[in-house]
Amino acid sequence: MASIHSAVLDLKSLDLLANGNSTIHRLDARAKVLVTLVFILCVVSYSRYELTPLFPFFIFPVVMISLAGLPTLFILKKITLLCPFVLAVGIFNPVFDREILIQFGHFGISGGWISFASILTRSVLTVGTAFILVGVTGFTAVCQALESLGMPKVFAVQLLFLYRYIFVLTEESGRASRARELRSCGKKGQGIHSFGSMVGHLLLRTWQRAERIHTAMLARGFTGEFHANRLSRFGVSEVRFVLAWSSFFIFLRLQNVSQLLGSLVTGLFP
Amino acid sequence: MHMADALLSPAVGGAMWAASAGTIAYCSGKVRKDIDDSKIPLMGVLGAFIFAAQMINFTIPVTGSSGHLGGGLILAILLGPYAAFLTIASVLVVQALFFADGGLLALGCNIFNLGFFPAFIAYPFIYKKIIGNQPTTGRISAASLFAAIAGLQMGAFCVVLETTSSGISSLPFTTFAAMMQPIHLAIGIIEGIVTASVVSFVYKARPEIMQSALESRPIGIHPVRNILLAFLAMAVVTGGAFSWFVSTNPDGLEWSITKVTGHEALNGPEQGVHATLKALQEKIAFLPDYSFRKTAEAAKGVSIPEATQEHQKTHPEQNPKASQSSAETSIAGLAGGTITLGLAFLIGYILKRRNQRTPHGFNT
Repeated sequence: MASIHSAVLDLKSLDLLANGNSTIHRLDARAKVLVTLVFILCVVSYSRYELTPLFPFFIFPVVMISLAGLPTLFILKKITLLCPFVLAVGIFNPVFDREILIQFGHFGISGGWISFASILTRSVLTVGTAFILVGVTGFTAVCQALESLGMPKVFAVQLLFLYRYIFVLTEESGRASRARELRSCGKKGQGIHSFGSMVGHLLLRTWQRAERIHTAMLARGFTGEFHANRLSRFGVSEVRFVLAWSSFFIFLRLQNVSQLLGSLVTGLFP
Repeated sequence: MHMADALLSPAVGGAMWAASAGTIAYCSGKVRKDIDDSKIPLMGVLGAFIFAAQMINFTIPVTGSSGHLGGGLILAILLGPYAAFLTIASVLVVQALFFADGGLLALGCNIFNLGFFPAFIAYPFIYKKIIGNQPTTGRISAASLFAAIAGLQMGAFCVVLETTSSGISSLPFTTFAAMMQPIHLAIGIIEGIVTASVVSFVYKARPEIMQSALESRPIGIHPVRNILLAFLAMAVVTGGAFSWFVSTNPDGLEWSITKVTGHEALNGPEQGVHATLKALQEKIAFLPDYSFRKTAEAAKGVSIPEATQEHQKTHPEQNPKASQSSAETSIAGLAGGTITLGLAFLIGYILKRRNQRTPHGFNT
């Protein structure tokens, strides 16, 4: 309960970040969505034992955080709550893949540990850029960008509706849940019976709310779509942003920059 | 249960993305054409309800842990398959963006695993069949239980398939399946019980809601078949395109055209970036005496092939020279990787400092 409550608080603070006014914030949302997608595709396209070629990609989240002035600690904290499923699956790599790939004197590193590290790195990169995308763009703008990139209108309306009412309904259910906790000292009465009727009531109230909302919308002339006032446009700076970053990512993908730099300092060209 | 970017290959992720996007487009068309306007706010608010309901836990008697409502099945029961699929997908988009559940590429997988099975398989073929024409509380409970279990089993199996065919995790297929299926059996039973208790409550309180959802006929003659066909087509086309584009390596999905070209470039230092860098390197290499050729021969230091070259890993004896040089490149890779990381963060630091001095930062 507490953790989900703080998750909702986190959601709010992440959403508030999008109100910033930096060079990155001012870019059209479509440019940022496109660059993020190219980034993720490039990162996940490495094979499982490739670890160091992933490192240069950190430059993108770092530059975005710095230019947009996002709170670094907040983003780091969010990233450290890595999807537990990734950890749970990844940790089996060292178990099943024990062939030694790198040997430092007596100390060998198995392929499993390398691929585990690679999975963690991918996870940090992909999850981090998703957070940064929301932080510099905002959910509404991301939805509008996706819609103009071809997402069906019905789905865009659905996303906007959902997002608007998450805050309203989670507060309502948070209150109900707290009230039940206070009344059920010693944990009695938190079982499935009270749960069923409580969630059921919440559902009925939600249903009635939807009917009221629909009536209100009809009264305002709703015909099935939202008319958003779009202020930004895809201009020269957006084209530059997309081209520059995408070609940089593709360059990183084609040239192992870590390798080149490492060869430079160790003097080891084959 | 949520699939994640870090475990996916682009071919699998892209195919599932295309498939889910296609299904969303299909369902959007259906909802727009066939369902009245009043469902639109209902879908949105019910999606938010799923978030809200997940904040309310209940204690599971014996284990002492707590469970909460899942999403897919109850939405299918209340909204019917098409609207439910869209609602689940929207919930997953928010989870991917704000809660790091999975990631943006894995979104396609997640929408399919958690949306398609409850909405288009478990609901029409299990739930509706058990309920029949005359719902009773007992039937609702049994139907919810079986449908939830079946939906989750199929979803979990799909996670296993997606993970193993991506080839990033080393988990063998059977081991992974043997872990996932029982875990999701337990989760499915809990979700089934929870769904049953909420649905029975709604049925007692406002039976007309349930009745109208049950009576809404599936649109089209073979909705599931159409969706499956569309899905298959999208998956095959995208997967095929991706594989064709990226796979120069015959053994499966461990592809990468660029890895190959990268190494070719490394072997051909006479031209391009390498030549320039080699000239540069002679001037600035600050560890020039650290010769791995000698240490490798002396069987000390680094002596085994580079991590990235799997074919060498499997046949090291065929190519001792390559293994030696790749040991060097792997050390170079590590050193260079560390340097690039340092550089990346240095650039970030400098940009941040500069930003703080200029007035247009994050200041409004």
